[in-house]
Amino acid sequence: MSMIKFKNVEKYYGEYHALNNINLEVNKGEVVVVLGPSGSGKSTLIRTINGLEDFSSGQLVVNGFDLADKKTDINKIRKDVGMVFQHFNLYDNKTVLENIMLAPRLVLKRDEKENKETALEFLDMVGLKDKINAKPSQLSGGQKQRVAIARSLAMKPKVMLFDEPTSALDPEMIDDVLNVMKKIAQTTDMTMVVVTHEMGFAREVADRVVFIDQGTIIEDDTAEEFYNNPKEERARKFLSKIIVHK
Amino acid sequence: MIHVLVNNWQVFLSGFFNTVLCSILALFFSLVIGSGFAIMETFQNKFLSGFARAYIELFRNIPLLVITMFFYVVFPQYFFTISGFAAGTIGLTLYTSSFIAETVRAGIQSIDIGQMEGARSNGLTYWQAMKNIILPQAFVLVIPPLGNQFVNLIKNSSVLAFVAGFDLMYQGDSLASQTFDTINTYLVVGVLYLIITLPLSYYMKHLENKLS
Ligand SMILES: Nc1ncnc2c1ncn2[C@@H]1O[C@H](COP(=O)(O)OP(=O)(O)O)[C@@H](O)[C@H]1O
Ligand SMILES: [Mg+2]
Repeated sequence: MSMIKFKNVEKYYGEYHALNNINLEVNKGEVVVVLGPSGSGKSTLIRTINGLEDFSSGQLVVNGFDLADKKTDINKIRKDVGMVFQHFNLYDNKTVLENIMLAPRLVLKRDEKENKETALEFLDMVGLKDKINAKPSQLSGGQKQRVAIARSLAMKPKVMLFDEPTSALDPEMIDDVLNVMKKIAQTTDMTMVVVTHEMGFAREVADRVVFIDQGTIIEDDTAEEFYNNPKEERARKFLSKIIVHK
Repeated sequence: MIHVLVNNWQVFLSGFFNTVLCSILALFFSLVIGSGFAIMETFQNKFLSGFARAYIELFRNIPLLVITMFFYVVFPQYFFTISGFAAGTIGLTLYTSSFIAETVRAGIQSIDIGQMEGARSNGLTYWQAMKNIILPQAFVLVIPPLGNQFVNLIKNSSVLAFVAGFDLMYQGDSLASQTFDTINTYLVVGVLYLIITLPLSYYMKHLENKLS
C-alpha cells in the first residue's frame, strides 16, 4: 500500500531548479534512506512530504492526501507524519515532558492522564525518563535528538521523516540516536524516510536507498545493491568520498 | 514642598489617579494592539504585512501631541465629542502601540525559524505555535525594551495636560499658576511620577531576571 507517492514533482526556488521530475513511491512500513551530496535537494525533497516546502508542479500524495490540492488541510497530514530535524527544533521554552505532551494535547485532544503515560512510555523507550523536568538547553545534542524523536512518536504517526538526524551530533552520541531509529524500524510498521549518510544504518534497516544529485533521483535500489554495486558514476564517486571519510 | 502637598493633596491625588488610570489603559491596549500589528507584520500575505507596516510607520513618526489633538479637536467635528482624558488616552495608546509593535516584531523575528517548523511539523496550527512557542519566547527576549516603552508611556501621559485631561501634569500646571509656588509644585509632580515609574522599572528588571 502506497504511503507516499511523488509523480513528476518539480520544485523551483526562483530560477533554481531544486527538484527535477521526482518520481518516488514509498509503501507502508518501508524504510527508505535518501543520500546525496550537499545541496542536492535532500532536505527539499523530504520537506515537501509534510508541506514545509511547496512544489511547483506534479503530484504528491501522502497517506491518501493530495498535497497539490489547495483544499487539503495540511494539519491533517502532519498529524500522521512526524519529522526529526538536524538541529532538533525542540521547544526551548518547555520542559522535556511538555515538549512531548503539547501536540497530543492541542492537536489530538488526548486525555491528560493518558497523554502523560504515553509521553513517559516514549521517553523510556529513548532512555531519557530521568530528564522529564529538564529544559532543552540542559541536554546534550544526542539527548535533544532522542527527545525530538519521542516528541514525534507520541503523536503515533504513520510516517516518520528524518533530515540528517545525526549530522549535528558529536561522534559518541550518534549511536544512541541510530539505535533508537533502528528500534523503530525493526519493532514497528512505521514508514520511514531518512536522509542520512550513515551506511551502517542503511545496510541494517533500509529497504531501499535513494541517491539524489542536483535535484534528480539517480539511483533507487536496495541497500546491498547500492553500496556493493552502484550503477551510476556519480553515485560511485560520492560513495568513495563518504567511505574514505569514515 | 511638604506644605504644598499637604494643602493640595486632593488635587494631586486626583491628578495622580488620572495619570495612573490613563497609563494602565494605554499600557494594556497598546500592548494588545502593538502585538497584533507585530504578528501581522510577520505574515506572508503582502497586503496584511504592508498594512501593519503602514500603521506602525504612521503613528511612530507623528508627534504624540498631534495625534492627541486630532482626537480632541478634529474627531469631534465629524463624529462626536470626547473628553480630553479619552482623547489623550487614545492618542497615547496608538502612539505607543507603534513602538511596541516594532519591539515585539523584532522579538518574534529573532526566534529561530526551527521553533516554528518544529511546531508545525508536530501538527500545531500557525496560531497554536505562535501562542505556545513563539510569543512566549519573543516576549521574554523583549522585556528590557518593553520596560523602556512602558516608562516612556507613563511620562508621555503628561500629554493629557494639553487637552484638559486632569492628569498629574495638568493639576500641577494649574496649581503652579494659581499659587505661583512653581518650584515646590513641580517638585511634588516629579516625585509623584517617580512613584509610578520607579517601581515599574524595578518590576520589569525583576521579571527579566526571573524569566531568563
Ligand atoms: N529557501 C531557499 N531559497 C533558495 N534556494 C534554496 C532554498 N532552500 C534550499 N535552496 C537551494 O536548493 C538546493 C537544495 O537544497 P537542500 O534541499 O537544502 O539540499 P541538501 O539538503 O541536499 O543539502 C541548494 O542549492 C540550496 O542552496
Ligand atoms: Mg539538507
